[in-house]
Amino acid sequence: MQTLNIFAAQWVAPTIDYFGLAPELVLAGGLCLVLMLDLFIDERKKWMLTAITSFTLLAAMVPVLMLALSETEVRTMFDGRYVVDNFSLVMKAVFLLAGYVVVLLSSSHIEEGEYWRGEYWFLLLTSLLGMLMMASSRDLVSIFVALEFLSIPAYMLAAWRKRDPKSNEAGVKYFLLGVFASAVMLYGMSLMYGVANSTLLTEIGAKITATGEFSAVHALAVVFVVVGFAFKVSAVPFHTWAPDTYEGAPTPVTAFLSVASKAAGFVALVVLLYTAFPLAQDIWQPFIWVLSALTMTIGNVLALKQHNIVRMIAYSSISQGGFVLMPLAVAGLAGSGTTALRSVVLYMIVYAATNLGVFAIILAVANKTRSGEISSYGGLFSYAPTLGVLMTLFLASLAGIPPLGGWIAKFVAFQSLIQSQSTWGYALAFVGAVNSVVAFGYYGNVMREIWMRPVPDSDTTLISVPGSLKLALVITAGATLVFGILPGVGLQFADLAEIAGAIIR
Amino acid sequence: MFVNQFLFLAAVLFCIGVYGVIARKNAVLMLMSIELILNSVNINLLTFAMRNGSTDGHTFALYIIAVAAAEVGVGLGLVLLVYRNKKTISVDELSEMRG
Repeated sequence: MQTLNIFAAQWVAPTIDYFGLAPELVLAGGLCLVLMLDLFIDERKKWMLTAITSFTLLAAMVPVLMLALSETEVRTMFDGRYVVDNFSLVMKAVFLLAGYVVVLLSSSHIEEGEYWRGEYWFLLLTSLLGMLMMASSRDLVSIFVALEFLSIPAYMLAAWRKRDPKSNEAGVKYFLLGVFASAVMLYGMSLMYGVANSTLLTEIGAKITATGEFSAVHALAVVFVVVGFAFKVSAVPFHTWAPDTYEGAPTPVTAFLSVASKAAGFVALVVLLYTAFPLAQDIWQPFIWVLSALTMTIGNVLALKQHNIVRMIAYSSISQGGFVLMPLAVAGLAGSGTTALRSVVLYMIVYAATNLGVFAIILAVANKTRSGEISSYGGLFSYAPTLGVLMTLFLASLAGIPPLGGWIAKFVAFQSLIQSQSTWGYALAFVGAVNSVVAFGYYGNVMREIWMRPVPDSDTTLISVPGSLKLALVITAGATLVFGILPGVGLQFADLAEIAGAIIR
Repeated sequence: MFVNQFLFLAAVLFCIGVYGVIARKNAVLMLMSIELILNSVNINLLTFAMRNGSTDGHTFALYIIAVAAAEVGVGLGLVLLVYRNKKTISVDELSEMRG
């Protein structure tokens, strides 16, 4: 009690940098507006909510760009617990643009079957706000709050089609495993607080450095926290929720989960590894090595035998997560910290563009075929050549074929492994190389359906693609091509992304 | 201070919670087991805060209590949804999708 009184007497209100918080504030204002308007406006005018949601996301981009151009490199608030640095700005821009594309994907889809639009947009914006906060959080408490902020709306979005048992199942599985993982992560965080006597990441980093020795408590704390985020990025063996949730959830929500939610998990993981336990690499490097190798391999092997396109993409996105983790397995070695960070950021940017493109095609084709089977893509090129070519483009990018975006992302990831000049790095690069070849097996299978197989039931009615999907396709295909043909563009963003206060070796 | 006893209590609660999540097939019991883990975290945080004389742990525990309440609200809502559609809350019978 004594200590509490002392702290209460010392308390001064923190100064808040409203410019630094502007993207979050715009988003918070927008989501309140959507929630309130949903109550009052007429059912026939609900399309306005879609417009407000997309305007909010684009409006939040403005302060992000202004912050990026402003002279102050790093803005810290609340004793360094909330930091706006270049890394967080790059990631915020990725989240907002991915969110905008998800709005484009959703706008025609969620109107089907009498579901409530207002809450959908509200939940989507809330989840995005959590992601923006995650990019800036540099404290255990704010990381935890941001994680729940982005997860809880996502659980509800997965169960969006409330009369569809598949969607219910998706939501419940995601929820139970997600909450379990965050509880385990919290136990790790409580141990970490006990060891470091602070929840500030940089102080935890300094405390673990001080002795240079690790006890069992350190190891337990680090491993439990990494497990919590391994769930979020659906790394094997914490992936069991992903295929069922991705298949059962409405397709735009799946796109959102597999891109934005996954990127948010990686953001938190990277920040923790670089600022909170940079010198505990003996603990997390082997752990991440195993996670990465398992994630790539098992994701690929299971993807090979899928017949449903969404389920196949679910396993493919699990294995792509393994490629993002790959450079982190050597991030603690001298000289490879910077290249690993760069590779993770670049991979996340390119993967977001490409995977959202795949989902845009899946939605467009499902408009006509009403089926999720891979065989329903038979002969797509013969009656919808644009969609066929674009799907081939996206799949080739995911498989890592030059000159597309996925190629440069994979190239940089392998480069950082090789540059580490360690046996572990070479071994993981080998596993990754084998997996890139295996992955072509299932991506190539879809391409073969599109180009060579006959049209099922000879039903060649044209596919009508709504305008919003067309815009989404233009954005994602453009980004995939630009990142591949001009690798400098993506690398420039990846180079910009520096974490303030990180100890990089 | 009996710091070790509190930490031991928290560790035991944590293990019971993890066992419950893995062994139980009833969604509500799984939720309760998760609550046990969260409470073990709170005991840990408060013990460390008392030992170290800092307030961060108290703040953290308050946040966890608030967020856990929100989580349970959403969780029970989802369980109710499943019960309405399938008349069961056993996780084993949630098997629309396989593979």
